[in-house]
Amino acid sequence: MPVLFAPRLSVTALAAAVILAAAPVHADELAEASKLLRAGQHQQALERVNKVLAGKPADAQARFLKGVIFAEQGSAPAAIEIFRKLTEDYPELPEPYNNLAVVYASQGQYDKARAALEQSIRTHPSYATAYENLGDVYAKLASQAYDKALKLDSSNTGAQNKLALVRELVGTAPRETPVAVGTPAPAASIPAPIAALVAPAPAKPAPRNDAAKAEAPGKAVLEAVAAWADAWSRQDVEAYLAAYAKDFRTPKGEPRSEWEKLRRERLTAPKSIAVKIDQERVTPSADGHVRVTFRQDYRSDRYSGSATKTLLMSKSPDGRWRILQEQVSN
Amino acid sequence: MRRGAALLRIAAAALLLPLAALAASPEAALSQVVDAIEANRPDLALQRVEKLIADHPNFRLAHLIRGDLLLARSRPLQTFGNVVKTVPRESVEDLRSEALARLYALRERPRTERLPRAILQLHPGQTHALVIDSRHSRLYVFENVRGRPHYLADYYVSLGKRGVDKAREGDQKTPIGVYHVTANLPRQKLTDFYGAGAYPINYPNEYDRQRGRNGFGIWVHGTPPDTYSRPPRASDGCIVLANPDLLSVGRLLQVGRTPVIIADEIEWADTASLEAERSALANALERWRTDWESRDTGRYLAHYAADFRSGTQDRNAWSAHKRSVNAAKTWIRISLAQVSMLRYPREADFVAVTFDQDYRSSNLSNTMRKLQYWKKENGRWRIFYEGAA
Repeated sequence: MPVLFAPRLSVTALAAAVILAAAPVHADELAEASKLLRAGQHQQALERVNKVLAGKPADAQARFLKGVIFAEQGSAPAAIEIFRKLTEDYPELPEPYNNLAVVYASQGQYDKARAALEQSIRTHPSYATAYENLGDVYAKLASQAYDKALKLDSSNTGAQNKLALVRELVGTAPRETPVAVGTPAPAASIPAPIAALVAPAPAKPAPRNDAAKAEAPGKAVLEAVAAWADAWSRQDVEAYLAAYAKDFRTPKGEPRSEWEKLRRERLTAPKSIAVKIDQERVTPSADGHVRVTFRQDYRSDRYSGSATKTLLMSKSPDGRWRILQEQVSN
Repeated sequence: MRRGAALLRIAAAALLLPLAALAASPEAALSQVVDAIEANRPDLALQRVEKLIADHPNFRLAHLIRGDLLLARSRPLQTFGNVVKTVPRESVEDLRSEALARLYALRERPRTERLPRAILQLHPGQTHALVIDSRHSRLYVFENVRGRPHYLADYYVSLGKRGVDKAREGDQKTPIGVYHVTANLPRQKLTDFYGAGAYPINYPNEYDRQRGRNGFGIWVHGTPPDTYSRPPRASDGCIVLANPDLLSVGRLLQVGRTPVIIADEIEWADTASLEAERSALANALERWRTDWESRDTGRYLAHYAADFRSGTQDRNAWSAHKRSVNAAKTWIRISLAQVSMLRYPREADFVAVTFDQDYRSSNLSNTMRKLQYWKKENGRWRIFYEGAA
């Protein structure tokens, strides 16, 4: 909802500052454009602004409004270009930095948004809007950092973050947390939790009883490989994906969900698939894992080919052997 | 906070040298981040952690701390690893324990004059020995200086998901015991799951087999390329190092020689008491040698424990065999060389002794590398296993 952008994009603050210097005729046109903008009539507002700019291309107030209109219309690159140029021409004004940051944030470019907001605060240490926005941007950056720490699929959560940001940044309801003015970093809250790190480690819970039975892995492993090839041939996606371990290492390190999506397409697209394997060799590997190397013969109505494949298999807690890594040797 | 600062001062005072040597490691950089946090300098901390991430983009723990430092600017933190969205609890817990292990190790440095009690003696052919403190997820490297261990370096390690004391195949535990490196598997021969290389160890060893323990494939290996390190309890029993650390350690390892001692916790001893323990056992070994040369079979057999076993022979069968062999000889000369003595973890006064034995007698001569397990029985060192190493 682009219209929701408006309240935190500082239109009025700049308007007040610049209108003083503007010729009265411009002031009227721009006040009218502002009104149209608030009413959500972007096209009409843009026409008014363009009219002013035709006579006075350098007019800061008009350029700023044009940037806000573009931002609200979702033309991020155009809005970024306008606000960036304004920060160059008027480095002492905090608002263009702030809006530049909001547009960057709407694009998921939180690092750039952070830099712009910090710049905005440097020019105007008491500019509350920038502090508030910066708090949100820090929270988003933190969330991205946590995703990296936990190897979460940032591509999905990124999209959610973007939506949440727009709503939060803009929300018409008053915010619960008061605006922090002064230092942007409530530093005092950090040390306590981290100091807990150097405290003695808490007692670990007793390990669960070991359900794994000692037995020669060869037979069970080959059965698992056969079931995998069978699920593939039957185009039974669920059974096929179930053959892969929870900590399966995707071929390119892509997120599991992405890899699953691709495999789902590859399994369901052909009318028929036949996978045959032979010359299986099972060799013990580290960590109780085993390597199974075999000749794989793949036939479908679209493609046929054979290859030597190696599966690194591990025994899951439920006793089933699952694929940890899959490699084609030639 | 107070406690952390105090620990830090102790560490800085006692260990200027080792800390300086570590300054370039990602772990030391991480410690400097925490130093800045403790000094209440969050901006500096953020700057440091961002530098660390630029250098090691796959260091997940650094990302977690960066998340905290950023989040702290928008709201007060509730906990370390203050992940806001709903995630499996273990995944944050794993990183917390990694942080604990790494910071503990950096701040509770061993004082350099203290020695690992496990290494009584290394033989001249062994350049280094590894001792793993599993409770603290730490691998220590000691250099052999005239038979005595000399601290060289230590590294964070990941061990089995279900802890230590491996007994069964598939139990996802790391063994406790005295092992050695048995092979060097170059990375070209491995899938990248094992990172920069792998060094299998000889689990199950003789003592494991005596106790009916099984399983296979306990390796010291590296980390897959998508992460700098793994949580403290992550493997199915292997000993996992970050790739740069594996490369540093790997250069020092000798196939068939380098001891790998895996203990619950590293036990430190001072030079004098270690020397006393070493010489007491060395004397017992020397008496065993001279008593064997004396052909006084009674005196020789007195060195063997009541529950002694060698292969299929128990003490009685062994005694009968030795009596008949020794009776046929007019002289025996034995010399021992390349003697190593390594204390077995989790056992009271139990030492694995290996040596080259040069045996000469009136009717037979041979040389072999031998392994003996010595145990203190009623205050006296006795042998309870003997066989080829």
